[in-house]
Amino acid sequence: MIKEVLNARRLLCPLPVIRTQDKVKQLQPGDQLEVICTDPGVMQDIPAWCRINGHTVLETRSGDHEYVIVLEVGSC
Amino acid sequence: MLAAKTVMEQGVHVEGINFFTGFCVEGHTHAIREKDKAKPKRNNALWVAEQLGIKLHIVDVIEEYKKVLINPKHGYGANMNPCLDCKIFMVNKAKQWISENGFDYIITGEVIGQRPMSQRKWTMPIIAEQSGADDRLLRPLCAKNLAPTLPEREGWVDREKLHSITGRSRKPQMAMAEKFGLKDYAQPAGGCCFLTDKFYSAKLVDLWTARQSKDYELDDVMLLKVGRHIRPKPHFKMIIAREEGEGRFMEGYRRDFISMVCTSHTGPMVLLDGEPSAEDLYLAASITARYGQGKNADQVDMTIRDKDGSERTIQVKPLAGEKLPEEWVI
Repeated sequence: MIKEVLNARRLLCPLPVIRTQDKVKQLQPGDQLEVICTDPGVMQDIPAWCRINGHTVLETRSGDHEYVIVLEVGSC
Repeated sequence: MLAAKTVMEQGVHVEGINFFTGFCVEGHTHAIREKDKAKPKRNNALWVAEQLGIKLHIVDVIEEYKKVLINPKHGYGANMNPCLDCKIFMVNKAKQWISENGFDYIITGEVIGQRPMSQRKWTMPIIAEQSGADDRLLRPLCAKNLAPTLPEREGWVDREKLHSITGRSRKPQMAMAEKFGLKDYAQPAGGCCFLTDKFYSAKLVDLWTARQSKDYELDDVMLLKVGRHIRPKPHFKMIIAREEGEGRFMEGYRRDFISMVCTSHTGPMVLLDGEPSAEDLYLAASITARYGQGKNADQVDMTIRDKDGSERTIQVKPLAGEKLPEEWVI
């Protein structure tokens, strides 16, 4: 299993979702991706994108104007 | 949403495509401004896909979209909105996507007569033809008013179960939403593109005029959504944060622009776009001072930061007068 980090700071939605989508395409089921953002909209959008596309959000956290989402790549 | 639902009711597998041009309204401004913090920040395309239970593919078309906006074959609408060229472009991109991903045809929510530029009886065949989608473009909401398309002729969808909506009224769509049990849906009258906004369009035209070029980068069009824009002289423009959220967002651009902030009083973050001279910096500082708590002071300290991070502080008197010259305000 690979754990990768995606820096999506300064990007506004939907760009963090697009970058996440593009990164996930390069990963395998079971891999984990930590996405670090500054747009609070990602707290809604990335989990919604994960639900639609069969990925699992493992953790969300925020602080100091940063928003972090850790997801596990699904099999579909 | 209704077009997808209509086709899905016939057992057709549907997936969504959403194109991001850089000019989409939702998300951005809400994310930046403090005053909008309480507003829901959902992305409507994602939300709709989730309601429908379908996958959504968001496609970054920022670079390709430039040629659509810079030189639209069919011209602009009331503002800088190249709606017809935009629709042709997006249907063409969708056509490319379906052929790469094994799908048979494209559906859109277009309705004849609903929009003044891109959804008229005579534009429907233009979009189908010039996008290259031809009869693989199905408009389920008004299909019965148009010639049968490939999916109808082949029996992939039952034409009789499609619709014949026309005109600007959204009442038939609202009735259909109710029938489908859809209580919540995105703003039915559009308004999802900054290019239809006259104030945004004025800032875009100003940017192109000042640079003597219609080219732009994503950061340019993002910054047009933020702050007050004031051009005291043709060769430089000020972007003045209207509140803390915008100021924080603009701080991310301090390596790309000269910036200034008042250090003796509370005041806004300001970016300077262009090539201001030393004299211009004094003028910009005095204008900046008008927007801070030192606006009535005899003198304020203004710290100017260059792109390389070097800083210096100057003392200026806030620019007096009731209003700035109108021609400065973009």
